[in-house]
Amino acid sequence: MDGSDIGLWGVPLAMLAGAIRVSTPFIFVSLGECLTERSGRINLGLEGTLMMGAMSAYGTALLSGSPWLGVLVAAFVGLLLGALHAALCQLPKVNDIATGIGLMLFGTGLAFFLGKPYIQPKAPNLGALDLGAWSSIPQVQQALQVNPLFLIGIALAFALAWALKNTRWGLIVRLAGESVDAALAIGASVGRVRLMATAVGGAFAGIGGAFLSLYYPGSWNEGLSSGQGLMAVALVIFARWDPIRCLWASLLFGAAGAISPALQSVGVTQGYYLFSAAPYVLTLALMIATCSPARSVRGAPAELGAVK
Amino acid sequence: MNTALERIAVSTLALLAAAVIFGLLLILYAGVDPFEAYALMYQGAFGSWFSFQNTLTRAAPLILTALCTALPARLGLIIIGNEGALVLGGVAAAAAGVAVAASGPLVTNLAMAAAAMVVGGAWIALAGGLRQYRGVNETISSLLLTYIAIALMNHFVEGPLRDPSSLNKPSTPPIGDANMLGTIGGSDVHWGLAFGIVACLLCYGVQRFTTFGFAMQVIGGNPKTARMMGLNVGRYVLVACAAGGAAAGLAGMVEVAAVHGKANASLAVGYGFTGILVSFLARHHPLAIIPVAILLGGIGASGGLLQRRLDLPDAAVVVLQGIIFVCILASETLYGRSWAWLWRFRAVEGR
Repeated sequence: MDGSDIGLWGVPLAMLAGAIRVSTPFIFVSLGECLTERSGRINLGLEGTLMMGAMSAYGTALLSGSPWLGVLVAAFVGLLLGALHAALCQLPKVNDIATGIGLMLFGTGLAFFLGKPYIQPKAPNLGALDLGAWSSIPQVQQALQVNPLFLIGIALAFALAWALKNTRWGLIVRLAGESVDAALAIGASVGRVRLMATAVGGAFAGIGGAFLSLYYPGSWNEGLSSGQGLMAVALVIFARWDPIRCLWASLLFGAAGAISPALQSVGVTQGYYLFSAAPYVLTLALMIATCSPARSVRGAPAELGAVK
Repeated sequence: MNTALERIAVSTLALLAAAVIFGLLLILYAGVDPFEAYALMYQGAFGSWFSFQNTLTRAAPLILTALCTALPARLGLIIIGNEGALVLGGVAAAAAGVAVAASGPLVTNLAMAAAAMVVGGAWIALAGGLRQYRGVNETISSLLLTYIAIALMNHFVEGPLRDPSSLNKPSTPPIGDANMLGTIGGSDVHWGLAFGIVACLLCYGVQRFTTFGFAMQVIGGNPKTARMMGLNVGRYVLVACAAGGAAAGLAGMVEVAAVHGKANASLAVGYGFTGILVSFLARHHPLAIIPVAILLGGIGASGGLLQRRLDLPDAAVVVLQGIIFVCILASETLYGRSWAWLWRFRAVEGR
């Protein structure tokens, strides 16, 4: 503990800080998955995209000295992986769930392979905005150090929600997800719409990966992502395919992920690993609560077979 | 048209495509001659009796974990929680082994296997049950269960089950040298391989020759028809998932009883994830799992040699596996088309 001692108040405060810090990759990946699924396709490979994004962002930042260039490259790499997934799924008889698992293994492996030289060196960080300067308590100041990507993520959630609802483009994406016949009737190419939605969704996930390696935890190593990419899929189901609810759900998951380090910081070390499983247990519990064998989940795109 | 021939032709084509893509990656990124790399891989996997034994030792857990995906796949479920069932099976086996360590090797090994299979089976049956009775997507839930399982393993190994004398690498107490699972006469390959092969034969027998297996095929083909025929789909889902999980749990027991002698973080080295790939590559066919597992065990065994001789990162093997997986999945699209081409080819040959 540094500075003043605020006792057990540290736990909720650390969880708030965690919600702000840990949630950013969740926001980006879940928004990407949300967009993809709204167009009627599921992408389980975002875990691999996240790792590739993290690796390429770190490598670019290291070589060019500019972390923001790294974010751009990560988005581009994510775009390519998303497009690859979409292109494979468009072949007849190819299963999109299995392809997602395949690309998850491929992306993770490729990130480890190409990222080997970047494990040791230290790349420049993205930096943070000090929104807690008004407070005299160091923990509060620390908790309110906000990365610009977090704010961009929030803006993106609202922008995506607005675009899906109010633009012609959003209408076509929703049509591709709700009724292929209707989309064909207005002359939209379902394949191309899904390709674009999956590619852009991949780009979002790549940015989420860039946040992991360039801000928090802020280094590149092989244990960087622990299933955030997959948890985002569950999170989208929990958020019932609504970008704004994705944002709230991401904050909740971030807070759950911060429980175990927060408890450790106030001296509770019992059951560290059990608490570290909290986000997964939470995801599973939420899925059990929201799913039903008899009907499809409320708000599910009708053409999305994978989640019934 | 012979569908077995079609399967082999399409799979071979996909493997060749994967080899070409990986070769290009080696040339472009690492500047390594791919032919040299493949020659080294062959040498490291099958080149000598020593390396072949290493390959077979790695194939044993792959065969068992592949069944964890293959059996539910028969019913149309995609289960990817193999790694979780493996690590929990390993922990349960280590705990059981320590508890009865004094009662002789046979009893100890039986107790370990039983504990591992029960825990692994229950773990995957949970994912199947959630799918059947709550409509939770089994792919996502089984993967979440894997992360929970690894957290549980860390908890047990560093907490309640920790051997106080294991300082650097927290482990459970050793089960004792006398209780270790032996090797198959004259070789260094442990009995886990035999367990795997017997399990595959058993699964094939049940699927091919029993009404239970036929019912599984009906459910996998069309669950609605199966329900109209009066089949209790939920029961089949639970049994298939439990059997698959039990096989993966047994893989954990084999790793503990034949390789490590105790449970620790070395259990979670990815056999479960590679097992998913084995199952898909074998198209979920129990007999095809055996050669595919030996092939992928060989790729894994050659990783060390690639690292030493060509200075490639150890993840090279994972990349190759990922490329193979994607190529195999994409090759699904060739089924039903390639036969026309092959048939023409045979007609020309016959003339």
